Amino acid sequence: MTDTTQSGPMLAADGTPLKRSLARALRMQKIRALMLIAPLLLFVLLTFIFPILDMLFRSVENQIVSSTMPRTVAALQDWDSESGEGPGEEVYQSIYFDLFVAAEAKEHTKLGTRLNYEQTGVSSLFRTSGRRLDDIGEEFQDVIEDVAPALKDGATWYEIMNGTGGEAVAEAAKERFGRLTDERARGDLGYVPSADIAQMLPHTTDAYADFATFTTFEDGDSVAEEDPWEAVYAALALDLRDPDTRAAVAAYSGPGAEHLQAVAAAQEQLPDFTFKDALVDADKDWGNTETLRTIQMYAPNYTSGYFLNSVDLMKSPDGVQARPENQQIYITLFTRTLIMSLVITGSCILLGYPVAWILANLPMRTANMLMILVLLPFWTSLLVRTSAWKVMLQQQGVINDVLVWLGLVADDSRLVMINNQFGTIVAMTHILLPFMILPMYSVMQTIPPSYLRAAKSLGATNWTAFWRVYFPQSVPGIGAGSILVFILAIGYYITPEIVGGTKGVFISNRIAYHISSSLNWGLAAALGTILLVVVLILYWAYDKIVGIDNVKLG
Amino acid sequence: MAETTVDDAFVEFERVQKSYDGETLVVKDLNLKMPRGEFLTMLGPSGSGKTTCLMMLAGFETATHGDIRLGGTSINNIPPHKRGIGMVFQNYALFPHMTIAENLSFPLEVRKMGKSEREQKVQRALDMVEMGSFGGRRPAQLSGGQQQRVALARALVFEPELVLMDEPLGALDKQLREKMQFEITDLAHRLGITTVYVTHDQTEALTMSDRVAVFDDGRIQQLAAPDQLYEEPENSFVAQFIGENNTLEGTVKEINNGLALVELDDGELIDCKPINVSQPGERTRVSIRPERIEYNKDRLREGVHTLKAEVLEFIYMGDIFRTRLRVAGKDEFIIKTRNAPDQQRLQPGQQIEIGWLPEDCRALDA
Repeated sequence: MTDTTQSGPMLAADGTPLKRSLARALRMQKIRALMLIAPLLLFVLLTFIFPILDMLFRSVENQIVSSTMPRTVAALQDWDSESGEGPGEEVYQSIYFDLFVAAEAKEHTKLGTRLNYEQTGVSSLFRTSGRRLDDIGEEFQDVIEDVAPALKDGATWYEIMNGTGGEAVAEAAKERFGRLTDERARGDLGYVPSADIAQMLPHTTDAYADFATFTTFEDGDSVAEEDPWEAVYAALALDLRDPDTRAAVAAYSGPGAEHLQAVAAAQEQLPDFTFKDALVDADKDWGNTETLRTIQMYAPNYTSGYFLNSVDLMKSPDGVQARPENQQIYITLFTRTLIMSLVITGSCILLGYPVAWILANLPMRTANMLMILVLLPFWTSLLVRTSAWKVMLQQQGVINDVLVWLGLVADDSRLVMINNQFGTIVAMTHILLPFMILPMYSVMQTIPPSYLRAAKSLGATNWTAFWRVYFPQSVPGIGAGSILVFILAIGYYITPEIVGGTKGVFISNRIAYHISSSLNWGLAAALGTILLVVVLILYWAYDKIVGIDNVKLG
Repeated sequence: MAETTVDDAFVEFERVQKSYDGETLVVKDLNLKMPRGEFLTMLGPSGSGKTTCLMMLAGFETATHGDIRLGGTSINNIPPHKRGIGMVFQNYALFPHMTIAENLSFPLEVRKMGKSEREQKVQRALDMVEMGSFGGRRPAQLSGGQQQRVALARALVFEPELVLMDEPLGALDKQLREKMQFEITDLAHRLGITTVYVTHDQTEALTMSDRVAVFDDGRIQQLAAPDQLYEEPENSFVAQFIGENNTLEGTVKEINNGLALVELDDGELIDCKPINVSQPGERTRVSIRPERIEYNKDRLREGVHTLKAEVLEFIYMGDIFRTRLRVAGKDEFIIKTRNAPDQQRLQPGQQIEIGWLPEDCRALDA
């Protein structure tokens, strides 16, 4: 016998605390149980939890701006968009070089699409200017190759640029490449920037490092044998605009110094247009400060923009604002989805309750027969069932024909029952009805008929006996069915798509549109996240009001 | 209750028949009269029609034929809730979503009784079954015996004149059942309520009832007071069903002076009291209670016939000894003897002779 009067924790027979030996004894059991559910757990984790987390992440993720235009984002940081003045030349230089790299990687159109969500026209701006970047560079290239013909050859360039000590520049270029293309730059670049050159000609070194990274990792070619991008020539010209740089070049004695000196000497002949002018010339939208403000506003890696968009708001320089009236659709859609789901749940309760009651009170054999009828719709494709409703409800459809034949409706004023909310409610009530009947039936089956008899023997009329005694006991079934139907309804997609028209579509149809047509996955993810949160809040509210213990599936 | 004829009947079944499927009768030609204040038990094996009778009386089943009267008026067409009959169900049927007090208050509420009066009556009913402090609990929080008391209180709270009980003690353990048996009868007699009680437990029927109606095959086989039922069964079904009983089969040899001489199938002769036999040559089934059998020769009356028996098994049961014998070729012959200091304990294999008073041995139908 254990001495229960001892102080301190209870001890097992061998002197270890009882709690610990209990835990040890149970550990094996727990591990074994865990192993049994491990496959399912893994499956759910991979196919359900991770995608949901990914979706949650996508709704705020916005790295595309900073990874496609890293220099521009850095340069724009200092610009005060409220000043009324456009940003300086430095920003436009960054835009040129960033866009050039992005265009080489064919990533600039993606960024254009992304920013187009926030400001219309950005997509075409990026596409147009992407095509003109080479032209701008060529203007410099032509002059440079005239004054220093050796620079036509990639080998000469390599000789000039390669050296020692500039690893940091190459690493930065590798990282930019990695972020831009989502590929890791692995292996040897085959090019080490010369520290002297990097100090003297920073833009040229950056541009050449980008070129080298792409040549090596994207194209798989040797840097030494390839002719550099037009952007490298533009960068050289840009560097040489500085008189100090020209002086340094004149004093430079490294490999290929004579070519650089030749170019520096001919600086007068190099085009002297600003990059701003060149870009505005390529597309006048670059002169619009709105464009740059949009880029600046969406520069951070994480954004609330998608969520704001999901509730018909938007960012503006003055803070969060309502969207223009003609762009507000999501609040309406959310409200409509909620209200229609409630209506569908309500009509499922009204239609399902008597059916479940009859099923529960019939003899087993008959009840099973009828149960098959309830389940029958499950054996038919959802698409077929929904299309059948189209046949039934359309203006030349079965119901209208019958009503016209009976003379209840004039032939020229047939009822509009489809492609509106009515159609969606009717079709979805029909489709979700079994999910209401099944839990109600299984709960009602557990209510013994003796309760009703007892109530009647105590003097209650049929109605009182039902309402005071039977109904309260069937509430858990109604609760379970309602939760099931409501949650299914709120995320339903196919049926509203087919019979909903424009007035009867749900938020999920909009999500599907953004996933598959507009490819605005961030907004789709934000809408999906809001839907998820709404469902969780309603579930929580249900738990508070009715109590989740009160839900029984059987 | 001495006789089965009751002039001023409170509950009356007259030629009642019931069929569920239109092919077979579950209740066949039932006639029953109950005076006010009687405690009547319907006893029988399952499927004998006793519960159907109760349900017809409560109004949950309609009689296919015949008349059921309550206080002289036919109630065939009165719905259950207007009959004013209290009922206790087998599983108690306490409403699980209401507290005990709400359960009891329910029949008063539907009768539109005022709040204070309701509370007073509920408390009185709960006190009556010694559950006064449990009003705020839910049925699930009570033990089986407590639920049983509440069910009883609920059936009585609206003061019905007739209470029906459908195997109300079936779910309780033996000790509690015996206690509740006493309490129910005590309460019924104290309040002067007419009670119809359905059970398949014959001990319960014998200990509780004023009269017992033994049902079999849709008919009342015998309707009598418990002692009469036990000691003077009118047919072999009742004799078999009530208490333990030894039966021997044979042919009536002669009847005179209210005594029948029966020749058993193995040729031995015994004396019996003729009940369902009237002339020699009839087949009969002879029934003797195990405790009326004597094997001590000194205690047997002079000149009675005795039978040879072999002891097969001796079982010590504390208050009694139960001995199984082989008699007239049958292995299932039981005798019970009181555990007294001078009582002989029989040994298996022992050869004895058994006898009895002719009045205790009843020659019934074959």
